[in-house]
Amino acid sequence: MQDDLPIHGETRVTTEARNDDFVVFDHVQKSYDGVSLVVKDLNLNIGKGEFLTMLGPSGSGKTTCLMMLAGFETATHGEIRLDGRNINLVPPHKRGIGMVFQNYALFPHMTVGENLAFPLEVRGMGKDEREAKIRRALDMVQMGAFANRRPAQLSGGQQQRIALARALVFDPALVLMDEPLGALDKQLREHMQFEIKHLHESLGITVVYVTHDQGEALTMSDRVAVFNDGKIQQLGPPSDLYERPDNSFVAQFIGENNKLPGTIEELSGDKALVRLGTGELIDATPVNVTAKGQKTLVSIRPERVEFKPEMMPAGAHMIDATVLEVIYMGDILRVRLRVAGSDDFVMKMRNTLGQTKLSPGQQIKVGWHPADARALDPM
Amino acid sequence: MTDAYSQLTTADGRPLKAALAAAQARARRRAFLLVAPLLLFVVVTFILPIGQMLQRSVYHDGFSNSAPALGEWFSSHPDGSDFDESAYAALASDLALMKKDKTAGEAGTRINYTVPGTRSLFTSSARGADKLEPPYKEALLALDAKWGEPVIWQAMREASSPWTSDFYLIATDRQRTADGGIERVPENERIYLWLFGKTFILSGVITFLCLILAFPIAHLLATLPMSKSNLLMILVLLPFWTSLLVRTTSWIVLLQGQGVVNNILVSLGVIGDDGRITMIYNQTGTIIVMTHILLPFMVLPLYSVMRTIKPSYARAARSLGATSWTTFRRIYLPQTLPGIGAGALLTFILAVGYYITPALVGGADGQLISNLIQFHMSKSNWSLAAALSAMLLAGVLVLYWLYDRLVGIDKLKLG
Ligand SMILES: Nc1ncnc2c1ncn2[C@@H]1O[C@H](COP(=O)(O)OP(=O)(O)O)[C@@H](O)[C@H]1O
Ligand SMILES: [Mg+2]
Repeated sequence: MQDDLPIHGETRVTTEARNDDFVVFDHVQKSYDGVSLVVKDLNLNIGKGEFLTMLGPSGSGKTTCLMMLAGFETATHGEIRLDGRNINLVPPHKRGIGMVFQNYALFPHMTVGENLAFPLEVRGMGKDEREAKIRRALDMVQMGAFANRRPAQLSGGQQQRIALARALVFDPALVLMDEPLGALDKQLREHMQFEIKHLHESLGITVVYVTHDQGEALTMSDRVAVFNDGKIQQLGPPSDLYERPDNSFVAQFIGENNKLPGTIEELSGDKALVRLGTGELIDATPVNVTAKGQKTLVSIRPERVEFKPEMMPAGAHMIDATVLEVIYMGDILRVRLRVAGSDDFVMKMRNTLGQTKLSPGQQIKVGWHPADARALDPM
Repeated sequence: MTDAYSQLTTADGRPLKAALAAAQARARRRAFLLVAPLLLFVVVTFILPIGQMLQRSVYHDGFSNSAPALGEWFSSHPDGSDFDESAYAALASDLALMKKDKTAGEAGTRINYTVPGTRSLFTSSARGADKLEPPYKEALLALDAKWGEPVIWQAMREASSPWTSDFYLIATDRQRTADGGIERVPENERIYLWLFGKTFILSGVITFLCLILAFPIAHLLATLPMSKSNLLMILVLLPFWTSLLVRTTSWIVLLQGQGVVNNILVSLGVIGDDGRITMIYNQTGTIIVMTHILLPFMVLPLYSVMRTIKPSYARAARSLGATSWTTFRRIYLPQTLPGIGAGALLTFILAVGYYITPALVGGADGQLISNLIQFHMSKSNWSLAAALSAMLLAGVLVLYWLYDRLVGIDKLKLG
């Protein structure tokens, strides 16, 4: 059965594998010590050609999931399927999955060319074919002139490209990347994000990408799976995660976020009225609250906070705020406010020509569209 | 440096170069003072003795000191001159001097090194030397016919100068012919080169065994979780905390004819009581015990290199499609080479010069060159011992040079 796997990456279409479950985690659990679960009942379908990112804080089990998919860890329970086949018992070298490691793992005793030749040699490929593929892969990452260098003679960004080329040179249908850009500086990281995304699109490969950087996850992915505590907290396209977080963990982990704790005063369909601890009433959209009197945490993005009454929808509540600090950030102004007794409520306003000037100590009123305030579970 | 640099000056106008040199000189002086005690120690206890050893291997004044007349005769009569009455007169006067100074034994010993069995010729002839009458040639030949042998005169010519290559000739199983040439000694007297060869081969075998045994252990040490690897490390280092003598003698207890291993084999019926295996006091004993004793010197360098090899290399290789064997052969093994090189070099060098263990458990055929060096030292033949030691040193240096050429000394990792 192992021989039928797409080792050379031919995009085989099996009858039972639909396009949107190229990779399937089916009730997968993982425990290292037999005492605690590092991965708790993971269910995840990844489509062919999809760019899926596992995003979560350190220790949330992302690497473990990737290692189980690559075959370096065994699932304690459950089934992992690749292209419709259970691969639980398939050894790593027969899975035909490309992998990029955080520290690149370029073989230090081989030149760049030899590193790229390695996966082709172990597949018994002839010399001419090998060289053609190596040249193509190196050109793909704009490293054509570096075939004879040793990894130690390359900069971090260059090593990263070579690691990428090596993971792609044998045409795998699935490529895993575990925090591949973690060691690069910001500018290079953003550039590489773009290049990886570009490669993904032009090659049509499926990518499972692991990162703890939410910006990276949002800009690169088709879908993001937010991990915490061994569970997927939310799975969806970047805009969903940012604009419609399912719970307060996701709301806080992705993007900046104002939190206002309170109790549900009124609940009617997709509208809720929340009474804050200090007595004010605000509007919100109920997400995972179900009854009046329930405690909740209302989350509002700083850029969705308004202080000009004319911008507010009719009938929306506004509450008092005191300007504490105005931070000039170039493209935006970041205003720290005291709202409902808390000192870290942030509002972002665009730095436009006619923008109203706020100064510390000023009393204003702030509000928001009810759809932008989400009443989530209290943490 | 270019001129542009040398013309730069500091803020107060001093040339930059001079200011830099002054600043560095202070740092260098302080650095030198810090290492001075160790330097002194090394010079006194290491460099000087080695220098002295090297000098002794080419210098022996036992004969030249006590035979000034012969020395003069040899220097005025080139090689091939007839040994006429004047030569015998010089010999007679020197023998008389030896009797007076009681140095006949010493001088005889020196000649005895190159022509065995001649020491007594000197001691007995010197006894009556002051009563000799001319013509000396006849008188001396009457005293002992051996005085007419050209080999002895050739040996005395060589020994009349304290600087000599005689000991290196002996150490390479060679001797001087009567006409001043050099030939190999008869086959049944050749011992040194053969023993050098055997020492190097046995050391090679021991190094190889150490490598085979140490590789898996070092790998385990490098990959086990800390708590378990610490315990294993203690087991590896345990031998270091026990006296070498104790370890060697425990092997005797284990391996001897009536020892633990044989007793167990007999009681299990694997061998009969009369078929006890000889595992000690021979070459096998030397190999077994030295492998055990030198094992940590192989484990530690290997471990220190393996510890730095990240598991992600093996994972990368596997994900690229390599079987575990290919991964080991092409990814892991090449990266352990500096450790293998360092461990092998260290073990081999230690084995080549090992003395106590072969002396205790080697029996007759398990002796190494160092045992012979010790033998000559105990017989006060310092010069020959020094020549043999110098050859051993040269052999080790050649190995070191080879290692540097093949692997590179900068890759040497010992811990
Ligand atoms: N090989 C291992 N043995 C035991 N525990 C491990 C191992 N690898 C990871 N863990 C534990 O599993 C949890 C999840 O780790 P990991 O999957 O690496 O998280 P992430 O990649 O999200 O940071 C952590 O608590 C970590 O300590
Ligand atoms: Mg991780």
